[in-house]
Amino acid sequence: MGEQLSVQVRDCQIRTKPSFLGAVIATVHYGDRLSSVQTKDSWLEVSFGGSKQGWIHVSALTDKEITLHPSAQQVNQSASSDELALAGKGFNKQVEEQFRRQNSQINFTWVDKIETYRDSQEEIEKFLKAGELKPAGGAA
Amino acid sequence: MKEQRLSRRNFLATGARIGMTGLSLSASSLLLQGFDFSDLGSTLQQATKIADSATKSFNAVSKALEDITPEQEYYIGRTIGAIVLSKYKPYEQKAGNSYLNLLGQTLARFSDLPELFDGYHFQILDSTEINAFATPSGLVFVTRGMLHCCAHEDALAAVLAHEIGHVQLKHGLQSIEKDRITKATSILAIEGTKNFAQSDIANLTSTFEDSINDITSTMINNGYSRSFENEADAAAVSLLKRVGYDPAGLIDMLQIMNKQLKPGGLDFAKTHPSPESRIESLEKLVSGAGAQVHQVAQQRRFQTALQGV
Repeated sequence: MGEQLSVQVRDCQIRTKPSFLGAVIATVHYGDRLSSVQTKDSWLEVSFGGSKQGWIHVSALTDKEITLHPSAQQVNQSASSDELALAGKGFNKQVEEQFRRQNSQINFTWVDKIETYRDSQEEIEKFLKAGELKPAGGAA
Repeated sequence: MKEQRLSRRNFLATGARIGMTGLSLSASSLLLQGFDFSDLGSTLQQATKIADSATKSFNAVSKALEDITPEQEYYIGRTIGAIVLSKYKPYEQKAGNSYLNLLGQTLARFSDLPELFDGYHFQILDSTEINAFATPSGLVFVTRGMLHCCAHEDALAAVLAHEIGHVQLKHGLQSIEKDRITKATSILAIEGTKNFAQSDIANLTSTFEDSINDITSTMINNGYSRSFENEADAAAVSLLKRVGYDPAGLIDMLQIMNKQLKPGGLDFAKTHPSPESRIESLEKLVSGAGAQVHQVAQQRRFQTALQGV
């Protein structure tokens, strides 16, 4: 098998074909490791969870290993390594909280609400169909 | 398809290629436009030296942007979103916002950067000013005034595709001062997640705040460079074609905007190249402007959702 890659977004779907129109096989999460099988345009076929295979868009992946809960040793190692990324390093929730304490006039309530707007695969397919839109094979 | 091992280099090259789809610019020229390297010197005699140091600077910047992970983009973007919403009231009409999200999230899935840490989200702002913003994390804001420049779904799709273009081309992040990115990432590189000392948090928060200020002052107050706007328009045209919208919708929108913009206004009049000059650049990319027939079902849902907005 090929290169080991990590999921660098919170959640992402693995699909039956290299397109967002492909059916969803599984959802993978931040830091999950996947093994590449082949590429097609901006899509990668990956194997995961033992014998399963499916397609994922390359923008969801990094070639770094993402450590969700790093040890002290890994923290030191990450400074000199291009191969290791620490989840939550740098600009993170703690930094946001500190920023909010210092800037109490800036309100995050609506941002939290806007982040809940999510459309399902089914709703998007319905929207495309009703608008008679036929995207060219999914993301290039 | 032949089985292929994805080397680090291939992987990064793929990423770079994705970022550039639809544009004729190379990755280096794009980044060089974002940062002013004119101070490197101006003489042809020193061409080799200049090329060498430009390459070094480019590598440093490119590396620095690469070091800003989607998770960090997410926290940067949330804060910028909160700042936008402290200047503008959200427009709380469910039908309009639901429609905007369906259209925007559909477009985003077919963009060159479909996967963000928390995905794309869209919100109407309750202002008659003509404006639209996108945070690096994919929060996209469109004012009611901007919606009034859109006569049909193709035009609104074009506005959202332009904003998605800014996100995928990382224009917001490139507004962060070069030295700050380098400084930030060198701090970031040595900091782990655990046991942050209060002084570390204070340092990071101060760099965070400065980076946010760089982005908001460009995005909200001064506007991106003309070349970034042209690049976002080009990315929009490519995305619209891919999904099946008529890219001439962008020209239609700009023609209405041109009539409605007030000279000297603090909105698009201040932060964007003039609609005429954008139309001029777009005409090379779009043929048959204004001649399109708008799909009936699209027009019906567009009018229903945005009624009264």
